[in-house]
Amino acid sequence: MTVQSPVHTAPAAAGGGSRPKKSKSWLATVPLLAFVVLVFGVPLVIILGGTFSREGTLSAANVTDSLQGAYLTALLGSVKLSALVAVVGALLGTFLAQAVVTSRFRLLREAVLTASGVLSNFGGIPLAFAWIATLGNSGVVTSALGLDSAGWSLYNFWGLALVYLYFSIPLMVVVVVPALDGLRPQWREAAQNNGANTWQYWRHVGIPVLTPTLLGGVVLLFGGAFAAYATAAAMVGGTVPLVTLQIANALSGNVLIGHENVALALSLDMIVVAGLVMAVYLPLQRRSARWLR
Amino acid sequence: MNGAKVELRGLRRNFSGTTALDGLDLTIEPGELIALLGPSGCGKTTALRCVAGFEQPDEGAVLVDGSDITRVPANRRDAGMVFQSYSLFPNLSIRENVAFGLRVRKVAAAKRHARAQELLELIGLPQIGERYPHQLSGGQQQRVALARALALEPRVLLLDEPLSALDAKVRVTLREEIRRLQLSLGITTIFVTHDQEEALSMADRVAVLRAGRLEQVADPATLYDRPATAFVAEFVGTMNRIPGKLSGRTVTVLGQDLPVEGDVPATSDVEVLVRPETVIVTPDPSSEAMILVSSFRGSTSRLRVQLGDLEMLADVPGHDTVRLAPGTRVRVELVERPVLVSASSDVAAAVPVPEHDVV
Repeated sequence: MTVQSPVHTAPAAAGGGSRPKKSKSWLATVPLLAFVVLVFGVPLVIILGGTFSREGTLSAANVTDSLQGAYLTALLGSVKLSALVAVVGALLGTFLAQAVVTSRFRLLREAVLTASGVLSNFGGIPLAFAWIATLGNSGVVTSALGLDSAGWSLYNFWGLALVYLYFSIPLMVVVVVPALDGLRPQWREAAQNNGANTWQYWRHVGIPVLTPTLLGGVVLLFGGAFAAYATAAAMVGGTVPLVTLQIANALSGNVLIGHENVALALSLDMIVVAGLVMAVYLPLQRRSARWLR
Repeated sequence: MNGAKVELRGLRRNFSGTTALDGLDLTIEPGELIALLGPSGCGKTTALRCVAGFEQPDEGAVLVDGSDITRVPANRRDAGMVFQSYSLFPNLSIRENVAFGLRVRKVAAAKRHARAQELLELIGLPQIGERYPHQLSGGQQQRVALARALALEPRVLLLDEPLSALDAKVRVTLREEIRRLQLSLGITTIFVTHDQEEALSMADRVAVLRAGRLEQVADPATLYDRPATAFVAEFVGTMNRIPGKLSGRTVTVLGQDLPVEGDVPATSDVEVLVRPETVIVTPDPSSEAMILVSSFRGSTSRLRVQLGDLEMLADVPGHDTVRLAPGTRVRVELVERPVLVSASSDVAAAVPVPEHDVV
């Protein structure tokens, strides 16, 4: 019998030999690339073309207009609303998911996960109508509880945030439950065995392991709220300044005629905001997930 | 590092109607490595988790050096534990994993990293501190888990089947490593396993558990040679069950009269429990017994011998394999020594369960 040394850290054998043949496997990505060009590339070209043209000449006036006055207010309003929904939705969604994951009642877990799957896809005019009928000025609950006399209104920034959270929290539950399920009980026990209390376990192990998922969830929720239009249009019309509502107004000419290219500039602003969010998210995500590589 | 004395006193634990521990009493001496051995559901892991503080016994007490720690939270116990697998924190580097307990105790970074490096050298992996757990093999991960368990210099080391997820070769190497470390540190160690070979080869003493109770605790040689009960005899090692006739404390088996050891059943029809190495097989053309299968194992060969309706296993020296080929008529005798007997069951039970390496 050969007695082995405990040290086995030989470097991986260096790959040698011939250069690999050129593969044609990239052809498989052609449908995806065609889709990306069609759905992202073409609209982007149209947006850029429209944004930087005014009365047939090359101009940055549309961008300038989109970043001042009511347009700027709307853009900032959308960012504010989306950030609030993203952070609150991620927090509440994570707590709800943790409660479900640690629950002893299997049925409760199944019920919450199924409901989350459905509610996370609930949006647009049906969602707005559901809330208007329930908590609008003449809503069933508003009337039953006499909320209107207490100054309640659904048709403002906070009301809209509430409605957005209605689909954002379930979305976060759907996103974070698999990650919470992936936290092995042995990690918590090993932490305890090393003297850690519950907070120390979460601080040093639980939260860092979840962070890539949580960051992804926040970005997803931000994007969902930032791009939402129909729910807000049906609920608040023009009373809450949002960039998507301004784009619709400018395109349709309901308020001002000839502002179609400002609408395109606002769309470009949205792309830039999304880009900025990704510019913050990606390094954070990379840093938090370095142990996965 | 000095080992502590650990006492389990009358531990009882029920899990919604299932009894995991049924009054377990066991004392582990300072510096001793004891293996808790038994089939699935015998309570060995529950007992270990009671010592670690992850389970609270319904009754009974856990004492370490005379102090009752039964209600002490898991994070305040002086015990390091190695889990079955996948217990390293995936987000921390190997160095940070090993130093985790020191970090929780707010030991300065330089000091805890030095200690982590010291432990990595102890387990023979000094150069992997910057790697992450998923970059290591299973054996390396368990070595690191061992280093982490030792980082706080606990007086008790708890090993919960730490080798069961590893392949056979690594398992053998690592159990030697663990034993070497345990002996050099003198730490009291409780090792849970369902692998009898692991238990017998590593432990100072082996405690065999059955249905939450202690069946026998003894050093490996005694456990193997002088099993206290039929259960231990059958669970530890391979055992033939050969029909015999009991008369007082003597049993007649295969035409031989042998003294009986241990409990004597009330019935005269009994089964005699005999190890394969105490079955003597000699070529004899006039005998009715015949070798069915021969399995060469190097230093020994295991034979499956048929005698009438009975089949039994016999271990013979490897160099006898040629003259004891399948089909050879043989005379079968037993070594003259006291034997264990159990109440007779049906004839089928007399046939030992075939082992995977018997072809």
